[in-house]
Amino acid sequence: MEGFTALYIFMLAAFTGYEVISRVPVILHTPLMSGSNFVHGVVLVGAMVALGRAETPLEQAIGFVAVLLGAANAAGGYVVTERMLAMFKSDKKKAGGHQ
Amino acid sequence: MSANAIVQISYFAAAVLFIVGLKSMASPVTARRGIIWAGVGMVVATVATFLTPGMGNFALMIAAIAIGGGVAWWSGKIVKMTDMPQMVAIYNGMGGGAAAAIAAVEFVRHESHGELTTALAVLGALIGAVSFSGSCIAFAKLQGLMKKAYRLPGQNIWNIALAGATVVVGLSMILLSDKMTGVQILSFFILSLVLGVVITMPIGGADMPVVISLFNAFTGLAVGFEGYVLGNPALIIAGIVVGAAGTLLTQLMAKAMNRPITNIIFQPLSGEAQGGGAAVEGSMKEVGALDAAAMMRYGSKVIIVPGYGMAVAGAQHKVWEMAQLLEKAGVEVKFAIHPVAGRMPGHMNVLLAEAGVPYDKIFDLEEINAEFPLADVALVIGANDVVNPSARTDKSSPIYGMPILDADKAQNVIVIKRGKGAGYSGIENALFYAENCRLLYGSAQQVAGEVVGHIKAMGE
Repeated sequence: MEGFTALYIFMLAAFTGYEVISRVPVILHTPLMSGSNFVHGVVLVGAMVALGRAETPLEQAIGFVAVLLGAANAAGGYVVTERMLAMFKSDKKKAGGHQ
Repeated sequence: MSANAIVQISYFAAAVLFIVGLKSMASPVTARRGIIWAGVGMVVATVATFLTPGMGNFALMIAAIAIGGGVAWWSGKIVKMTDMPQMVAIYNGMGGGAAAAIAAVEFVRHESHGELTTALAVLGALIGAVSFSGSCIAFAKLQGLMKKAYRLPGQNIWNIALAGATVVVGLSMILLSDKMTGVQILSFFILSLVLGVVITMPIGGADMPVVISLFNAFTGLAVGFEGYVLGNPALIIAGIVVGAAGTLLTQLMAKAMNRPITNIIFQPLSGEAQGGGAAVEGSMKEVGALDAAAMMRYGSKVIIVPGYGMAVAGAQHKVWEMAQLLEKAGVEVKFAIHPVAGRMPGHMNVLLAEAGVPYDKIFDLEEINAEFPLADVALVIGANDVVNPSARTDKSSPIYGMPILDADKAQNVIVIKRGKGAGYSGIENALFYAENCRLLYGSAQQVAGEVVGHIKAMGE
């Protein structure tokens, strides 16, 4: 990828990230941290490419670890975020809470 | 359509889904949808990657995904809500580790990339490795595997020296580019990993949420940089968006605690640095569960201030039952949450939500502080530092300047407390000695149960 194109992408992505978070109620900070943790789990895709191109056993071994860790980031990040957000409900929608 | 076009379109779709998903997660109404959208994006991107031209090692790849994804999925399903923060930390560390490992593969391939690409690969590797080892330490601390904050003599000098050495080795790798040696690569990664450990070791548990958030932003950046190295726009966009969002989130948290990020890293609140502050005057006055129940039952407004201690005791269901009983008796009940209650900002909201408390009964510090003087009772359960009035008045206190919940301004304050000790940060709490404050000793679970029984006995 050309250097300057990438620089523009970096810049726009940084502003997007900033904007997305800037008006978040405190109650969502933890789920959102967890959610953004899940999103960078896309590193799995990069790890797959790295392993896919690996030739020597050393490259394969490191690539394997990369995919393993990336998959754990994505899967774990999704499950914990989903579990946290599943619990949010408002007074109007639900009836009586737990009991 | 060529396979490559399908891959590129899928990455584009994934990037859009990630951003829309994150945006939706910023509101309680749409948050659930948001994570599902982001999840769809992840599946699309992952499946499409198998179509990338010129790839091999598919058996290894599928095995790694099955093992890594399977173990993480299972552990995420069984973890208790109180233990969420350390799980976020460890998954985040794994993402950082993955980014560092991608860089390592590129290094050992010895392909010529040009200086800019090598520089970003090295930077991503450094940040990713620090995030990995640092997050592991954060996990160990929050999980209780590592109780103490270890502080080397001259800690900051060690940090700076290690960081300097890592940067020097990294620079030499950039200069040699594709001719870098195995020794360089190995020593670079060892130094980076040790750096992450040394930075995180001295940081006390109370500051850990900010550190986890910081490492989350780090991992995002590392992923973004490695995305550039691989020429993969999905990684760049997702990584940098998270990097920026995570940085902002870290700042918000640090601000809520009145602890600038530089202070957290360089002057941790731990060991001898703690326990400052003037001696507290007065005495602690006890109250029984029956009197406490009566004070709340016959008041008109009660504000509950829950802390991590309540969640650890598993008392949130009992407390919510008590709140519902009070409401039936015509008492207005609100929950007041400090931004750093629990182990992460918003953690307490999650724990209350788990118990069934609707989020519109839960109020932030800014929303509720003006209401404390109107409340008949402020019930503090397992919270300590976040209601310590010394933060407003005592300049020598380590938490001076931290915004607190003004529970002390309520007509009466009841504090449910296990024993007479100081809080998580080890700081004496002036609130407990205040004239309008009564202490109700016992475990939160059992005390809340007694109070519920007494309120029931008083009838509607």
